[in-house]
Formats: sequence, structure tokens, C-alpha cells
Amino acid sequence: MEVLDQGIGAIFTDPDADKAREFFRKKSRALTPKVMSVKEAVEKFVHDGDYLCIGGFGANRIPTAVCHEIVRQGRKNMGFAGHTSTHDFQILCAGEVFDKLDVAYIVGLEARGLSPNARRYMESGKVKVSEWTNYSLSVRFKAAAAGVSFYPARNVMGTDTFKYSGAKIIQCPFTGTKYAAMPAIWPDVAAIHVHEADIYGNCRIRGITVSDLDVARAAKRLIITCERLIQNDEIRRDPSYTVIPYWCVDAVCEVPYGSYPGNMYGEYFSDEDHLREWLKVEQDPDEFKRFLDKNIYSCKDHFEYIEKNGGMHKLLKLREKEFMFTKARD
Amino acid sequence: MTERMADYNTMELMICTAARELEDGASVGVGTGAPCAAAMLAQKAHSPNLVILFEAGGAAPLIPEMPISVGDSRTTWKAIMASGMCEIMETACRGMLDYTFLGGAQIDMYGNLNSTRIGPDHQKPKVRFPGSGGANDFASFCWRMMVMTPQDPKRFVERVSYITTPGWLEGGDSRAKSGLPLGAGPYKIITNMAVMDFEPESKRMRIIAINPGYSEKDVQDNCGFELLKAPKIVENPPPTAEELAILRDQIDPYRYVIGR
Repeated sequence: MEVLDQGIGAIFTDPDADKAREFFRKKSRALTPKVMSVKEAVEKFVHDGDYLCIGGFGANRIPTAVCHEIVRQGRKNMGFAGHTSTHDFQILCAGEVFDKLDVAYIVGLEARGLSPNARRYMESGKVKVSEWTNYSLSVRFKAAAAGVSFYPARNVMGTDTFKYSGAKIIQCPFTGTKYAAMPAIWPDVAAIHVHEADIYGNCRIRGITVSDLDVARAAKRLIITCERLIQNDEIRRDPSYTVIPYWCVDAVCEVPYGSYPGNMYGEYFSDEDHLREWLKVEQDPDEFKRFLDKNIYSCKDHFEYIEKNGGMHKLLKLREKEFMFTKARD
Repeated sequence: MTERMADYNTMELMICTAARELEDGASVGVGTGAPCAAAMLAQKAHSPNLVILFEAGGAAPLIPEMPISVGDSRTTWKAIMASGMCEIMETACRGMLDYTFLGGAQIDMYGNLNSTRIGPDHQKPKVRFPGSGGANDFASFCWRMMVMTPQDPKRFVERVSYITTPGWLEGGDSRAKSGLPLGAGPYKIITNMAVMDFEPESKRMRIIAINPGYSEKDVQDNCGFELLKAPKIVENPPPTAEELAILRDQIDPYRYVIGR
């Protein structure tokens, strides 16, 4: 097929579908319990140099505990999909975990403003960057989930976003229409936070799914954190709720309030005071270091982090906020 | 005659101007902040059947209060569907999204937007911004792309240093030749001083309406390139008392957006 134009950006993962098939041929289909701690899951499944993808949408339904643990265990030289990433990006920048980055949305926390530390890291020259869009990365995962090496999209053409990407422009063999061919991404490892999972990794999600259903299928290794474990009988009672099947999953970690300080649909709203504090302390590198020692490096796990930031009282407030109960409690 | 209210700020005027562009039964893709406020105002004031879509998957919510994130729970409050990013962008790509509102650090005479970087070295930028997010996608696919932004010569530049999000690209028929879907493109630019559209042949930005209290000279003086002028330039009507009441009491009581 003739390539009409191509971007100069790097492609950090191999888009070869047959190589991916060889990997998935050997991936276990056994229905075995996969429950473990976040610490253990990160030790086993997240390695230096891996390409990482984080599910959810920045500060909504994110696997915060996994992000903290990756920083705590000091992973380095990773590739990362900066896809709808906001607070998760901020955490990973704090640990300077990655040095190869596919960008769709980074550095910002939407209406909350830009992260000073993430900007410093991105302006340091330490990170090799390839440029995409949210939809471009979505279809790169969609291609991988479908077992094909690229997906044709109608965005980015004519822009610098295309120029600094690794996409190629091709022509439709039926109509002659131009398409930007987006290469598949099979991440080495992904982490997704869900509402409910059984011990084998069958998952239920409420609210928006962003790109997580494709990410779960594209990832070679998948860590699930869940608000609560449910029985396998409940999964089988009504399989229409299952959005990720167990054969995609490598680890299941029960982490109630696991998206904190992010929002979790139908459970709790984001902790805006705490997210504001993150942005503020980042202005001063010394103060930020003390903040990270307190909130990540000295914490045993996610619950210690939550305890230090208001514990159950705070969480109840965030539950009220999620449902917009006004004046239910003082 | 609807009662006019003189006491309003420029952000309120921009939001009211934008809201009036969204007719009942239309669909719009929005982000957080002023665009979302405009969509909410349209829905409450005159377009109860406005379909509001958020890139993360929220589809046709009845938004109860200003979302902080385009993926937070407010974007699916009493919604028709909680979906995903491909669902929303595919809806746009197959031609069912009428409008989108975008912003950026820089905009040029063809409506191209830069939200990626300042400085020549892509791997070590002087200033790094978030990048496209879903902006390039919405601008590629939605029939009419609109921008809400303050009028400022540092923002309105002759050529953006980096095209994150496509406007009319190089003008003329360059966008049609690029491969982007035909017939879609920048429609209106709404600022604190004026409303601009794009001259149909050259696709260059031109003034079509001036906000109360400003002159054509003010607009030109606060723009880094020569603006074309429509054959007839009208005065943009100020917000009505009803619009302001909805905006202040129901949409943004804490003045997160209108207090800026």
C-alpha cells in the first residue's frame, strides 16, 4: 500500500499483529484465583522499561494505588500512554517513571490548571515524545484489541499533531479517501480500576468506560484494582454485566476507595481540596519532596495515604458529594 | 422586547453569545469551563433537547452543576448513556455532531489552534501545554467548530507556531485537500470584544459582530494579524436578564467560570 505521508514521531511499541498473537497464544486461560496485594502485583507484573497504560480518565476511576506503588518501587525508563492522563500523569511524573511518552493529553488537570512539576519534567528534555490525540490513542488500543496492526482514522491530517506522530497517511482501496493509519499499541502492562471483580478477574464497571475495554484486551499483562470483590456466582447470575473477562487479567487487588483522590462513578466524588494541594506544593520542589515523602514514599499502602488525608470522615463527605446530598451531614 | 441588563462581565457575555448558537435539537461536543457553561445555558434557556456529548463517554446528560472534568460523574448525571471515547468520536466522525467549542494558547487567521508547545524544539519545549486531548478529534469531525477565547494579540497570531488542532489549515481549499472530512471546519470565534467568522473563499477570519462598548479598532488592535470585515458588521446584543439569572443562579453559583 502506498504511503502518501508520514509523521516523524517514534512508535514505541511493536505494531506486528502476529507477534502479539504469539504472546496471547501462551497467555493463560485457566480460571485461577488472582487475588494479591497491589505491592505484589506491581512487583510481579510491572518492570523497568515496560510500556504502561493507566485506565480511567485522569482523575476519574483511576488505579491510584497502582500508580503510587509504581513510584514507591522506583520503576524507571518506562514507556507511557499519556491518554486522558491528568492526576495519574502527575503521580508518575513525580517518580520520573517514564522516559518515552505517547502524548494525547498531559501536564494539565483540566479545569484545575497545569501541574508545575509535570511541566518541569516535560520541559527538561528527559522524555522522548510522540504526539497523538485522545481518539488516536483510543483507536490504537482498539486495533490491538481486535488483533490488527492499524486502524484508519479521519483526524490529524494537515496538522503538526500528525507531523510529530508516528501515523502514516494512506488511501482507501475502495474510495480513494485519505486516512491516517494509526499503529496498534499492545502495552506490556496496564492497570484499571473497576467497581466490582471476582477473584478470577471478571469485571464490572459502572459509568463511562473511556477506552478501558480495549486497553484491557490490548494489554499483555493486566492489573485490576476493584472497589469490592464479588462472588463468581454473581458474575454467572447475569453475565451481561461483565465488561472484562478473566482471561485478560493477571492480578486482582481489592482496593476500596481505590480511585481516591479521583472520582468514582456512583461511589464518591474527587477530593478537590487534596488535588489543589498537590498543584500548590508542586510550585516549590522542596515542599513537593516533603509532600511525596508523606503521601507516597512513607505509606505502606493506599489506606495509609487515605488515613493521612482525612480517612473515613473525608470519604463520607466525598460520597455525599457524589450523590449531591445536600446537608445530609455536618 | 426582552429586558436588557447592563451589568454583566465579558465572560458572561461570551457564554451568552455562545449559547445562542446552539439551537434546540442540535448536538454539541464540549469540554469543561466556559464551553460547558454555554451548553448548559442553552439547554436551560432555549434548547431543552440539546444533545451534549463529552469525549470521555458522557452522552446527553442533564448536567446538574459545572463538571470539573469531562469524565466526572456530572457528565453522566441523568444522561441517556454512559459510553466511551470511541463511541463519542465515532458519533462525530459519522457526521452526527453539529458543534464543538474549543480553546487554545494561540489561534491564527485560519482558525488553527496551538495547545501543544511554545519554542522550536519539540523534545525540549520552552513551554509544554497539554496537547490535543480530544480537540483535534472534535475539530476534525464536528460540522461547525467554535472557539471562545479572550481577544489578545499574543493569542491571535498570524500563524500558530504549532498546529495542534485544525482550522482551515492554509486557507482556501487546503483543508478539503488534506483528507479531513469534507464540509466541517471553523465556524465562529467568540471573544470578549467581537464575533468573527471566516470569509468563504479565502477562509480568513473576519469580523461579523462587535460587543457593546468596543469598536472595530479595538478588535483589530488586539489581534496579531489583519482581520477581514463582513459587508455588514452588527452590534452583538448583550445578555438578557433571564440568561444572566440562569447563568448566575443555576449554572455557576460559585462563579468558577464567570468569576474569571
